[in-house]
Amino acid sequence: MALPARESPKGKRVSLFVTCIVDMIYPGTGLSVVDILEHVGVQVDFPPDQTCCAQPAFNSGYREEARRVAKHFFKVFSDAEVIVTPSGSCAAMVRHEYPHLFAPEDGAAYDAARRMAAITWEFSEFLVDGLGIADLDLSLPAKQSFALHDACHGLRGLGLGAASRDLIAHLGKAELRELNECEVCCGFGGLFSIKMPELSNAMLRNKVNNINASEAETIVTGDVSCLTQMNGGLSRAKSPKRVLHLADVLAQGLPGGRS
Amino acid sequence: MTVELQSNDFIALADIALANPDLQHAVGSGTRGGYARRAEAMFAHSSEHGEFMRGQAAEAKRRALRRLPELLETAEANLLANGWRVEWAEDAAQANQLVQTIAARHGVRTVTKSKSMLSEELGVNHALEAAGLRVVETDLGEYIIQLNDETPSHIVAPVMHKTKDEIRDIFIRELGMTPTDDAEAMVAFARKMLREDFLSADMGVSGANFLIAKTGSIGLVMNEGNGRMCTSLPRVHIALVGIEKIVETVEDYATLTQVLPRSSTGQSLTVYTNILNGPARSDEDDGPEFAYVILVDNGRSEIYGTKYADALACIRCGACQNACPVYRSTGGHAYGWVYGGPIGAVLTPLFVGLENALPLPHASSLCGSCKQVCPVDIDLPRMLLDLRWDQVRTGESKAGWDAAMKMWAIGMTSPTRYALGGKAARVGQAVMGDYMPGLLGNWTQHRDFPDFAPKPFRQLWKERAPTLNPSPIKREGLA
Repeated sequence: MALPARESPKGKRVSLFVTCIVDMIYPGTGLSVVDILEHVGVQVDFPPDQTCCAQPAFNSGYREEARRVAKHFFKVFSDAEVIVTPSGSCAAMVRHEYPHLFAPEDGAAYDAARRMAAITWEFSEFLVDGLGIADLDLSLPAKQSFALHDACHGLRGLGLGAASRDLIAHLGKAELRELNECEVCCGFGGLFSIKMPELSNAMLRNKVNNINASEAETIVTGDVSCLTQMNGGLSRAKSPKRVLHLADVLAQGLPGGRS
Repeated sequence: MTVELQSNDFIALADIALANPDLQHAVGSGTRGGYARRAEAMFAHSSEHGEFMRGQAAEAKRRALRRLPELLETAEANLLANGWRVEWAEDAAQANQLVQTIAARHGVRTVTKSKSMLSEELGVNHALEAAGLRVVETDLGEYIIQLNDETPSHIVAPVMHKTKDEIRDIFIRELGMTPTDDAEAMVAFARKMLREDFLSADMGVSGANFLIAKTGSIGLVMNEGNGRMCTSLPRVHIALVGIEKIVETVEDYATLTQVLPRSSTGQSLTVYTNILNGPARSDEDDGPEFAYVILVDNGRSEIYGTKYADALACIRCGACQNACPVYRSTGGHAYGWVYGGPIGAVLTPLFVGLENALPLPHASSLCGSCKQVCPVDIDLPRMLLDLRWDQVRTGESKAGWDAAMKMWAIGMTSPTRYALGGKAARVGQAVMGDYMPGLLGNWTQHRDFPDFAPKPFRQLWKERAPTLNPSPIKREGLA
């Protein structure tokens, strides 16, 4: 199915879809996103009734439940001009799966699904591809080295990857290093991680080994779900390394940093 | 050995594979090597060129599948004109019966076989052995697993799950090979053993990579040359051909052989790329006297009419297996039937029934690597999602998940209930500590779980909102 055409988001008000995990576990990442967006002159609002993109139900085959939650999303973001979300996975859900969840005979819901798909942007993609800003004119307080972990849905669903690297490359005092198998799944996969925990853990071990072998001090990624999996494994393996969300890394460079 | 269906035991079989260090090493390096070689071969010129080849191949295969019934008739007519004898088999029983009948008709005692996944699906070896025939697998990998009474674990590298040392031990145990650690010496030894069988076989059984409709030919690609020995030395040749193997023209065959070797072994072309045109003509010295094509359905036409029809475009290159982080961790046997990896997770439920392969659609983190590397662009993740949906619709999902998902949807469609859920999670975590109960314990068994934030973002936003300054750049004293 052809995706709805995307208009330039320049000059438009941004509605933040913070995602349920950021909301409940990493609210600081949500604030970093807001700070960076405002730093580049974007007006941000936060529709307070938002919940989840519906991916857990969709990915486990519960389409009816997913449709109900997606319809809630439509209601919450009905007057959004542009939606930005700090997750490649949730953005892919909105962009690729919403149009699949509804058929033309669903009428308004179908139209809403296509509209949401057209106006939703992942955070790094919004900055670099949407606004055309890779250089945020920010510099870290001290030298740090980073490597990117390309979260799956962002990389293969949305074609992201270059945008994050671009943003880090332009961040003062940040150095980019390699991460072996940076494009390979960390083993999270949503409910996969609890339905098939041993397999998920085998994939995680591989990721942890690669992170430990990387020259980078810090791993950067665009999804807090993958970040939770990787940090959970790193912490359990007593590794000193950690994974940060791209927005939190960039926000370290804001004047005064982010508390 | 005939494969025994045990796909419902995927999780237990995966655990066995995860606990096998030899398998972990062999499959881990085999798949990663294949993955890297594929990328190098596909994109040797440029990524655009690689994607262009993929696009051409995908289209050639789709064009043929769209006209499958008509092209099968064309193929049959042209095969007959070339002197092939053509048989049709609806299922495994019919196919095996035909193979047995043909063998009996020609007084066959020894059969050499070249690699064929379809023959695994049908259990042809078992059927021939049951009829008192001697069957020798001649692909080196297949030869090894036949000696060890196993089934192939990978579509193109059937013995990928074994280390070199394990293979050496099989040769010593089963064939009395003089112990050696030299891989070349081991290959030379196997070649010598096989040579005698090639020369004495009465019948060769092969698969087909492609069935070329317009010319009535079988397209076969191989590296070891064993396939040629099977199809040309014995008096009788049988090609087992799944009906989805159809392509329209020789040009399409050429298009597809651009991506098949690149995707499976990282070669721009296999050592042997064959077009077989039936039995030896009267003026030809080489080739079989009798050449048969058995066109096998075995569930394919049923898939053809469904939303999974596109899975029939698969050209069995194994790239999705090499790319899949789940397959890399388990190898193929864990999938509990003929085909492992992402394509197996899709095909197995379609062939054997969803109820007999319930875990397979979930044996994926939906990372999308399989779709990315597929030379004919099959959207395997979407099919896995659709199979999961089918499970829920047909009531084959676990009742516990049904209830959990209903509750979840109720929570996620109301901001008040969502906020209450968040609070409950924070309290629950405070009470439970680092190790969570029930299903969530599957998480904390292997990884730490972060603390829920004392205040969710929505609350921080409310506290922050009055100071919000929509004008850019300057922000201080936030949160």
